[in-house]
Amino acid sequence: MTISHLGMDAGCPAPAATLPATAAGPAGAADAAAGSVPVPAVRTAIPTAPGDLHGEVAALLAKGYRLALVAAHHDAPATAGGRGQIRLVYLFVSGLPDTRVELHVELDPDDPAVPSLADLSFPASRFEREMHDLYAVRPVGHPLARRLLRHRHWPHRWYPMRADAGPPPPFGPAEPFPFVTVEGPGVYEIPVGPVHAGLIEPGHFRFWVVGETILKMKARLWYLHRGAEKLFEGQPPAAKLPLAERISGDTAVGHALAYCLAVEEALGVEVGLTARRARALLLELERLHNHVSDIGLLCNDVGHGVLHAHAGRLRERLLRLNARITGHRLLRGGVQLGGARLASLPTADELASIAADAADIVTLALRNGMVRDRLTGTAVLTRQAALDLGTLGYVARASGLPYDARVAHPFLNLPGLPRVPTHPDGDVLGRFLIRADEIDASIEMLRVLLPTLAPGEYLAPLPPEPAGTADRACGVGIVEGWRGTITHRVELTSDGALSRVKIVDPSFFNWPALPVALANTIVPDFPLANKSFNQSYAGNDL
Amino acid sequence: MSGGTEVYAAQAADGFSASGAAGAVLQVAAVVAGAPLVIGWMRQVRARLEGRAGAGWLQPWRDLRKLFAKQDVIPRGTTRVFTTAPLVLAATSLLIAAIVPVVTTASPLDEMGDLFAVVGLLLVGTVALTLAGLDTGTAFGGMGASREVTIAALVEPTILVAGLALSVPAGSSNLGAIVESAVADPGAVATPAAALAFIALIVVVLAETGRLPVDNPSTHLELTMVHEAMVLEYTGARLALVEWASAIRLTVLLALLANLFVPWGIADAGSGVAGLLVGLVAVAAKVCVLATLLAAGEVFLAKLRLFRVPELLAGSFLIGLLAVTASYFLPSPS
Repeated sequence: MTISHLGMDAGCPAPAATLPATAAGPAGAADAAAGSVPVPAVRTAIPTAPGDLHGEVAALLAKGYRLALVAAHHDAPATAGGRGQIRLVYLFVSGLPDTRVELHVELDPDDPAVPSLADLSFPASRFEREMHDLYAVRPVGHPLARRLLRHRHWPHRWYPMRADAGPPPPFGPAEPFPFVTVEGPGVYEIPVGPVHAGLIEPGHFRFWVVGETILKMKARLWYLHRGAEKLFEGQPPAAKLPLAERISGDTAVGHALAYCLAVEEALGVEVGLTARRARALLLELERLHNHVSDIGLLCNDVGHGVLHAHAGRLRERLLRLNARITGHRLLRGGVQLGGARLASLPTADELASIAADAADIVTLALRNGMVRDRLTGTAVLTRQAALDLGTLGYVARASGLPYDARVAHPFLNLPGLPRVPTHPDGDVLGRFLIRADEIDASIEMLRVLLPTLAPGEYLAPLPPEPAGTADRACGVGIVEGWRGTITHRVELTSDGALSRVKIVDPSFFNWPALPVALANTIVPDFPLANKSFNQSYAGNDL
Repeated sequence: MSGGTEVYAAQAADGFSASGAAGAVLQVAAVVAGAPLVIGWMRQVRARLEGRAGAGWLQPWRDLRKLFAKQDVIPRGTTRVFTTAPLVLAATSLLIAAIVPVVTTASPLDEMGDLFAVVGLLLVGTVALTLAGLDTGTAFGGMGASREVTIAALVEPTILVAGLALSVPAGSSNLGAIVESAVADPGAVATPAAALAFIALIVVVLAETGRLPVDNPSTHLELTMVHEAMVLEYTGARLALVEWASAIRLTVLLALLANLFVPWGIADAGSGVAGLLVGLVAVAAKVCVLATLLAAGEVFLAKLRLFRVPELLAGSFLIGLLAVTASYFLPSPS
């Protein structure tokens, strides 16, 4: 059985991976309750002329596709003096059935310009600004074509991701990058950050306030640009797995897994069922320790220190469990190219005790009237706003959107699992309750997975280079990390080196939701609202 | 009910006693040395109740020692208001420590030890800090100052009203006289008026000293701060003074609260060395118990939403008002 190709080959075919003889995997039907290998995703590449792009995208969005990723590529010229090539890939996904459609657009390398999709999709408008800052691709007709990730000291007219960028020039003089001014009687401005009183990542927040009520808030992030995507280029995939694990420190499994899925698709590797189960286990363990930590931090932000202390204790317990399972407290080293590695496994009793401990903390928090009062009705993100902004993960689910990549783009079929909780209110309490529910759902999943697993190394052999004779092979990995859906897209050269890795952390989609939710919230509630979103700074700014 | 007036008259006639002077020196020294320990003790109690090891009850002293050794950084553009505010705060706090009946009711400054004077002095310190917050010209300084003044405007009248309810049976608004009257007539403490006044005072003491549920002294989130936001720009010795003065205010208010309602053990004009020592031990024990109870209570609390704080304080003002009313209409059984 081979994967069907609906569209035309655009120079980057999805490789014709061959499935094992039994679709249910080596474990067979007797073990079906503990999962099976899902039908592989159908990925289609459609070459699109810049002029047709807008219409194609409108049609895809109308069919219910979601824009998952936009990646620009600048292929170095084959010969000296050549012009190279600028290519854009727009990845649209939908599930179930797991379907992925790529629109490939080629642009004039001397003056790359593409019609803006800002009127169709808000996330597209942000991807376009990102491409402009990194590749000098001009979005034509963009309503707010301001820079996104170049901070004001960034060297002028230096586009680091282009093949001809060269080494970074010294920081130039600061360019003006004014904030929109908000005026009116009694309006004043509060600038906060990028250096904060606590040990958090850098972000500059500017509030326009009347009394204590926030009229408008602007987040200026992007102080962490490390050129992570560039660091992948030209390297063998296995050498860069540690880098993928470190894209966002708290999402080691999520990013490593998305990277592995993408590379495995490009190389045509079929990962075994047990390895898939091990990966699912690691993914849920990561969700557990992060959600427990967030619940404690939300309690701390309302001044309820005792539950913060106890959530900290439970988190420490989980981190030690992680260290036992993978050798690293943040689960690094568990996900491997071609499979996964487990040094040990939690026992069913341990899981039960962790679940009871977490449930206790949640119940105590919700029974405290003062805590509940602080959470209820604070920083509401309406369902419509969450949908329009393209939010993902617990932020979307707390606003009533049930999207979850474990269901839409599964790498392991578990009957009836995972349970995807949603909450209708979109306030801080909703985001708190979603985390509590997801802790339960993760424990349920771990309980199903545990009996089917044993410690060991489950690795499929990896070919050194992609099969076939095409210039490049590419693959896409979509994973529901603890924050939300992570998407990686990799391209390999014919000799098996990475030529481009594009990474999208859910924070890229979710950050714009924070200012929207903050309208009419009071200033002293901002830290609580921000913590309830808990977006990654490092994952957002690569 | 005439006992209080007589005591007051006697004191007015003989304002100075050697015992009183020694007591005043002793209580200032005790408060200065003990205030950081009270803070440290409260943190330690809280840490243990939360299942943490805690930094130890001596930690505030270690912090002060560290801060006094540090360089003082004065933000550009600030004026004398910024540099002198910690001194004003420390001076008013020490003055309060000297005149409020902590160890003895016979402080030579007792004539000034009027309820109104103490509330006024508290407010002078608060206003000095808010002006310093505004003087920095930063958004946080202004934000903290605005919040602090909102809270102070509700706190100070409540202290006055609740104190007034206590002064009715004593027939005097002199704090020493109120305490002595309570020693002489324990029944006066067990009235509905006194109970209501106690509740009102507890709430405003928490608000005045920036404790939960009004302010969170341990937060690092600059946007939620009240007191801490005003003093964000202070460093080194000035920060140490501000921290120290805040600890003194908390300690003195706790001691005053304890002595108003459980006055036994306090020294008076006739006490000898033994009496003063008893007074010292008694107040230390009372403050320790009260601090433990407060710290234990804080474990169960969260910080209120800022707009609920005025509701809480208005409620405590109302209770204070009821206490005054009750003190007229429900006189003590004696």
